[in-house]
Amino acid sequence: MEEVKEDIWELRLYVAGKTARSVAALANLKKYCEEHLKDKYVIEVIDLLVHPQLAEGDQILAIPTLVKKVPEPIRKIIGDLSNEEKVLVGLNIRPAK
Amino acid sequence: MPQESINKDNQELTMSLEPSESRKQPITLPKSGTGIRGLDEITAGGLPAGRPTLICGAAGSGKTLFSMEFLVHGATQFNEPGVFMAFEEKAEELAVNVASLGFDLNELQREGKIRIDHVHVERSEIEETGEYNLDGLFIRLAYAIDSIGAKRVVLDTIESLFAGLTNQAVLRSELRRLFEWLKEKGVTTIITGEKGEASLTRQGLEEYVSDCVILLDHRVENKISTRILRIVKYRGSIHGTNEYPFLIDEEGISVLPVTSLQLNHSVSSERMSSGIPALDKMLGGEGFFRASSILVSGTAGTGKTSIAGSFVDKTCSDGKRAIYFAFEESPRQIVRNMQSINIDLQSHIDAGLLQFSAARPTLNGLEMHLLNIVKLVEKFNPSVVVLDPISNLITVGSNSEVKSVLTRLIDFLQGLGITVMFTALTLNDNRTEQTDDGVSSLVDVWILVRDIESNGERNRGLYVMKSRGMKHSNQVREFVITDQGLKLVEVFLGPEGVLTGSARETQQLLEKTSEALRDHAVSRKDREIERKRFVLESKIASLKEEFESLQEELNKSYIEDELKKSIMDDNRRELTRKRDDLL
Repeated sequence: MEEVKEDIWELRLYVAGKTARSVAALANLKKYCEEHLKDKYVIEVIDLLVHPQLAEGDQILAIPTLVKKVPEPIRKIIGDLSNEEKVLVGLNIRPAK
Repeated sequence: MPQESINKDNQELTMSLEPSESRKQPITLPKSGTGIRGLDEITAGGLPAGRPTLICGAAGSGKTLFSMEFLVHGATQFNEPGVFMAFEEKAEELAVNVASLGFDLNELQREGKIRIDHVHVERSEIEETGEYNLDGLFIRLAYAIDSIGAKRVVLDTIESLFAGLTNQAVLRSELRRLFEWLKEKGVTTIITGEKGEASLTRQGLEEYVSDCVILLDHRVENKISTRILRIVKYRGSIHGTNEYPFLIDEEGISVLPVTSLQLNHSVSSERMSSGIPALDKMLGGEGFFRASSILVSGTAGTGKTSIAGSFVDKTCSDGKRAIYFAFEESPRQIVRNMQSINIDLQSHIDAGLLQFSAARPTLNGLEMHLLNIVKLVEKFNPSVVVLDPISNLITVGSNSEVKSVLTRLIDFLQGLGITVMFTALTLNDNRTEQTDDGVSSLVDVWILVRDIESNGERNRGLYVMKSRGMKHSNQVREFVITDQGLKLVEVFLGPEGVLTGSARETQQLLEKTSEALRDHAVSRKDREIERKRFVLESKIASLKEEFESLQEELNKSYIEDELKKSIMDDNRRELTRKRDDLL
């Protein structure tokens, strides 16, 4: 059980309103997760326009930002996540070359 | 209505043609006071309100402190809450760092006057893929601003973003947008920036988007540091353009624009005694003018400090305040040494009339010394300030710097009506007429104390080199330091000029002797005359006697004749009667 729990990727995507960029980022993220982390991920989308107070906690500067809290280490990926290779490396799904 | 506005315009036009200082400014740039001593004067009111200001400088130049003071003063003095967005230090670290200045950030945060937001950018945690913007930062800032109704914002330092994020193009355009956005928000912003090699900031961006740029510098010359502040640009406002030294001490930053060289201070014809009556006599009989500057220069051990001490003593005895800036001796040492010549400075210290400030010249740069003096003077409000000696200041600055500092100091003190006495060491050579500080032309009174070496001893001679606006003695007076204080001895002119020391005493003795001899001679002559008179008188008496005896002789024969005659007459009458009887 424990191992399975560790393997669940808790992902938070910070966006600011429904901009083209954030929509693209979310679509990209979902696509990669479905491909590589099927059933092993949770995506939480936080709209900072609605919850601005949450920006401080995760040290968010850029929008969109994807934060991977679990599994360790914490990683942040900023941008529209268009580069699949970088995202996968960033999420520790694929080791960096 | 249109008519009215035209009139108004005309009025403004004519007003602006007038060269007077009451020129009307149609639109004045609103300013946001910094509460930093002196800075608001230089900037004519503070930083541009509602606009970004860049504070740049090298590491350790005081940027963070400057911006923190701006915020804290805003919150406490101007009722303008502020947000501090720290990219480098954590909130707790900041709070500890500024606690030494008496700022309680935690308390201010609890009161909702200040909000500190630590923005942490960790390069290793971040991966960039594709397009992004800094809306997250905007939202955080907006949230922080709105949560306390902030009017002031500090971003310290946005450069960290460049270290954390790689896409320069995005960053640059986003930062431009940030400045625009801050302007729209109407918050007064300080951005700090590390000094770059060729430009004011490393990114060369902030100085162009800021309306005001203040450069902080920390210079070290001859191992002594001086902090310098300069306003590089200030859109839409006049401002001081010089380099202003500033000080960071327990009261935070103070910038003192002690640079005004306007010679327009009021003058006083009030006199004050030097504490040495004979010296007052040399200075037209009454001493120095109030608010004048006095230089006492001389070679080592000629009693410069003693003159200063006696001036301070006199001032305090008159119930006035004085500050003694000692650059060579400790206050206790001076007090003790003055005691030996019967000047009790301790009692004045106890009475709160005298304040000592002792510091080695090398403790600070010249400008710092000046600032310290100015700060202390403003706090203590003295009538007399003594700097003993200024020659040591030269060890921390060049001649021209010392001169510039002293000029400003004299200017500042005279503006406040404070009399200042400097002592200066001159080198023991023939050019004693020159102080190595080149201040002799600045001062109003210049008293020179020098040793006069002759006959195997050194004596002190004092003379008034110059004294503006009063008659003064041209004599070189011998000056002695006695147990009873300082004294100027009467002048003794010998065949080789003024005599001093033993030579003077010899001369004094000589004069005494000759006086006694003269006295003696006079009395002998007197007695001779007396005797002659006596002889003559006795002669007269004997002649008189002779005359009387002669007269008596004469009288005697005359009386005898009379007697003879009367007897003969009697006899004849007798004979006649007897004959008649016989008949």
